[in-house]
Amino acid sequence: MRCPTRLRLVATLLLAAGLVCSHAQDRFASERQHMVREIERTQLAVSGETGQRALDPKVMAVMGRVERHRFVGEGLQSEAYDNRPLPIGHGQTISQPYIVALMTDLMQTKSGHRVLELGTGSGYQAAVLAELVREVYTMEIIEPLGKQAAERLAQLGYRNVQVKVADGYYGWPEHAPFDSIIVTAAASHVPPALVKQLKPGGRLVVPVGTSFLTQYLLLIEKQADGSVTTRQILPVAFVPLTGSH
Amino acid sequence: MSAGERGSTQCSSRNLSYSPLVHCNDEFGSTTCRSPSPLAGEGRGEGPTRAAASKHALPPARLRFALSLVSAAALAYEILLTRLFSIVQWHHFAYMMISVALLGYGAAGAFVTLLQDWLARRFEAAFALCAALFGLSAAGCYLLAQAVPFNALELLWDLKQPLWLLVVYLLLFLPFFFAAICVCLMLTRYADLAGRIYSFDILGAAAGCLLVILGLFALAPLTVLGGVSATALAAGALGCVRRTLRSSMAAAASLVAAGVVLWALHGPFGRPQLSPYKDLSQTLEVMGTRVLAETSSPLGWLTVVESPQVPFRYAPGLSLNAPGEPPEQLALFTDGAGMNAIVRFDGARQPLAYLDYMTSALPYHLVEHPHVLVLGAGSGVDVLQALYAGATAVDAVELNAQVVRLVEERFASFSGRPYKQPGVTLHIGEARGFLAASRQRYDVIQLALLDAFGASSAGLYALSESYLYTVEALESALNRLAPGGYLSVTRWVTLPPRDTLKLFGMAVTALERSGVSDPGRNLVLIRGWKTATLLVKNGALTARDIERVRSFCRERSFDVGWYPGMQVQEAERYNRLDEPYFYDGAVALLGARRAEFIDRYKFYIAPAVDDRPYFFRFFEWRTLPELLRLKERGGLPLLEWGYPLLAVTLVQSLLLGLVLILLPLRMLARRPFQGPVRPMRALVAAYFAAIGVAFMFVEIAFIQKFVLLLHHPLYAVAVALFAFLLSAGLGSRRSQRLSDAAVQRRQAVAAPVVAIIVATLVYAAVLPRLLPLVAALPEAVRIALALALILPLGFAMGMPFPLAVRAVAALERALVPWAWGVNACASVVSAVLATLLAIHIGFTRVLLIAAVLYGLAVWLYPGRGAKTGA
Repeated sequence: MRCPTRLRLVATLLLAAGLVCSHAQDRFASERQHMVREIERTQLAVSGETGQRALDPKVMAVMGRVERHRFVGEGLQSEAYDNRPLPIGHGQTISQPYIVALMTDLMQTKSGHRVLELGTGSGYQAAVLAELVREVYTMEIIEPLGKQAAERLAQLGYRNVQVKVADGYYGWPEHAPFDSIIVTAAASHVPPALVKQLKPGGRLVVPVGTSFLTQYLLLIEKQADGSVTTRQILPVAFVPLTGSH
Repeated sequence: MSAGERGSTQCSSRNLSYSPLVHCNDEFGSTTCRSPSPLAGEGRGEGPTRAAASKHALPPARLRFALSLVSAAALAYEILLTRLFSIVQWHHFAYMMISVALLGYGAAGAFVTLLQDWLARRFEAAFALCAALFGLSAAGCYLLAQAVPFNALELLWDLKQPLWLLVVYLLLFLPFFFAAICVCLMLTRYADLAGRIYSFDILGAAAGCLLVILGLFALAPLTVLGGVSATALAAGALGCVRRTLRSSMAAAASLVAAGVVLWALHGPFGRPQLSPYKDLSQTLEVMGTRVLAETSSPLGWLTVVESPQVPFRYAPGLSLNAPGEPPEQLALFTDGAGMNAIVRFDGARQPLAYLDYMTSALPYHLVEHPHVLVLGAGSGVDVLQALYAGATAVDAVELNAQVVRLVEERFASFSGRPYKQPGVTLHIGEARGFLAASRQRYDVIQLALLDAFGASSAGLYALSESYLYTVEALESALNRLAPGGYLSVTRWVTLPPRDTLKLFGMAVTALERSGVSDPGRNLVLIRGWKTATLLVKNGALTARDIERVRSFCRERSFDVGWYPGMQVQEAERYNRLDEPYFYDGAVALLGARRAEFIDRYKFYIAPAVDDRPYFFRFFEWRTLPELLRLKERGGLPLLEWGYPLLAVTLVQSLLLGLVLILLPLRMLARRPFQGPVRPMRALVAAYFAAIGVAFMFVEIAFIQKFVLLLHHPLYAVAVALFAFLLSAGLGSRRSQRLSDAAVQRRQAVAAPVVAIIVATLVYAAVLPRLLPLVAALPEAVRIALALALILPLGFAMGMPFPLAVRAVAALERALVPWAWGVNACASVVSAVLATLLAIHIGFTRVLLIAAVLYGLAVWLYPGRGAKTGA
């Protein structure tokens, strides 16, 4: 009599634990969908200025898939899907989801692409890219962050991401050229080597600002003839003059 | 120390750290005490004071000295905290934290009011205990506060952050609370000798002001904190020296604690713990980085870092077409932020080629073999750029001698001693003063990019006065240009444009004031994606100049924002924006509808002038709701932090101040009245508030005005603050000569107030005209002139407070600590208010308001005669 009772108890507990677990998963999944809708709303709101009503659906699908809560500390998981930047330790942050989506959209990735990221951070941006392209190469100059991100990405099964803890100023020549490059590490200027490692028609994206605050995005486009133009993009719909221009 | 001193301190501290705020001093009075004092005879009876003092006994010498020590330590602590929090956080937060913490003074007034009878019975023990607690909490609360995980950058995202901020407030509040109790106790007990007591208090503060500034030159900031803490503990020990075993043991314990604090802050706790989001903290996370040198002064805490594994390549806005990369560099941080580079230079020219690929290199393509002036030369990169460009002579002006010593001595073999190169002359001093005194004419004047991008783009300097970025400063620089010479100013590109457009408009105004009828013909604006450079030519640009500008930009993929005759199609060649903001802005600022454009712009881009020297303020209230609505959509980075924080600080201080003033009223109402005439409390409060506000306004405004006289911001603060404290102390002491009957009459305060108003108005009118005449005089003469101007004013300003304290004490003693608290609260609030007002209406009008308040104070004067008209 006692044994079955105990068994039943254990089974109930296991079931309860499973439920709690799946409930947490459900909760994160629904928060993630909420985050995706928030990004969509934001994009719609700025469409008057950008002329682009929605971001690439593939990017949005990935934003709805990648488990952002696994890229932040335990204490911040409940805020992982808020549309806000989050600290990840070592004085570094993970960008606001809208900015991540916008930057990824600007990279105009295709499934066969090979991309380079400077500033791995938590690995979240790399994970988003890994779901969109064939190969992701990412470099980090803060050793513990780089190692942690590499482990995390491996654990989560991202086999097409290579993380290297090294100086990114000269890019990653062994794997160059790249279809697109993203520089999330603070830079006083764009390293010329990176532009060289960009394929003709390739795009390089740099968020400019401080921790927690992205002032604007710099987009460098390399034309088919190798010439380069840059664009500065304000990620927000804001016209500096009151009234009409 | 008095409320006044407190205020002044903040003034100074702000300036010491180049931070936005000012607080200044206001007066204080002393009160004589009728209570028996063991050494009552000491110090009594000097000249005419005898009449008043013979009735009342001064406290014993050791207590007077202890009071001076507490006041010195409290003022030093305020200056020091601003410095320390500018290092570990950012200076606008330092200002906010300290402004709120200073309400510890107001709280002490309330506390002493409520418990005055109880405290009176334990006067010496309470004084000694509070002095010792001040000493312990000065060090302890700072150490705890810097460990609080407050992250200013997350304030609008994270609900925990306001709570952490509150914890910081409470921690910093304690030391000021204890220090203020000491002062308030002493003034209350000896209210009839307010003039004398106040002079011990305020002269102590004057000494503290000088000592802390000297200390910050010689010692690490936390070692100085140890000194401040130990000074207060020594005051505690002095307070307990009596002949009982217990008090001797308490004194000994206090001294031992002082020793321990000194040791701890010089040793194990001697390094400031920076926010992990400061540039220096982030840099030190990079593998292989190492601090090579640290040095500090009131002008900043300097750190030199090397990074062999991930070399520094600081070259803001370097063209994508640059042929080479920057040579080896060391990073130089000021207050843990604002990285600059010390560049390796071995005499070879080629490694410097990258410097020709910055926007700031443009003027060197327009004039050959120029004589160059570099303002804000720092680590010497701009000097190297000028040398690379073939300058025949370079005058380099740098304010901070420690920066130069690092470059020229400590890292001489690395830097190649840029300031010792042939043709280079170094001037240690402030740029504006150099321009005013110089007789030389230059082909190129470079105004270096001194501030950090991050802080600049976030509006953190919004409250910092800058006398380098004003219309008058530009005029002064234009006066020093040779015919055909260029003033070159480089700024960070912010989007939508802010500082570049403001600067452009200021250049237009400066040219107009110099008599140029068509300013657009003298201006060139170019931009990369990170930096923009504005050139102002002494003369109209020629077709040849314009062709050179265009070819310079073409080779570097920079865009032109303006040159005479430019077409809009040229504005967006290489670096495209949603709209040609820079060109459109330049055209609007040169056109007939300039005022309308400035008015309609969502950032504040009206020209900064010497009377409102806030170039870095771009915040507009009417834009705030829109930015907050855009919070989730990436709009927050457009919010300029400095200004709204000042407003928040004002509201917080005002509310808390009111609570601290109103709280003790109930208790006072229940107290049986003892005294000849019951004064109207509202009148007493209004008087003490009015003189508190007026004192601070005058002091803050004149410290700012004297920056232009003394040039060096540090000297200006040190000299002006010291002079105000010293003379107010002497004035207070002099006020004691009035008899107890005389202080009851309104005429007692009328005389000094008339002097204050006359001096204030005359100075306000004369100083702007006087400054250009004396700018070239030797520093010692200018300091003497500043002292000569301040001393009579400060002397008169030292009187209204102690006179009224005595008047109130004679009517209702119990009101004295409350009146003190009102004055303290008003001082703290008005220091914040002065800055806010100066941003909008300028310092001259702040002075006019102060004059009106002083006039009002005569009418509000709380003496018996004033009420009865006798």
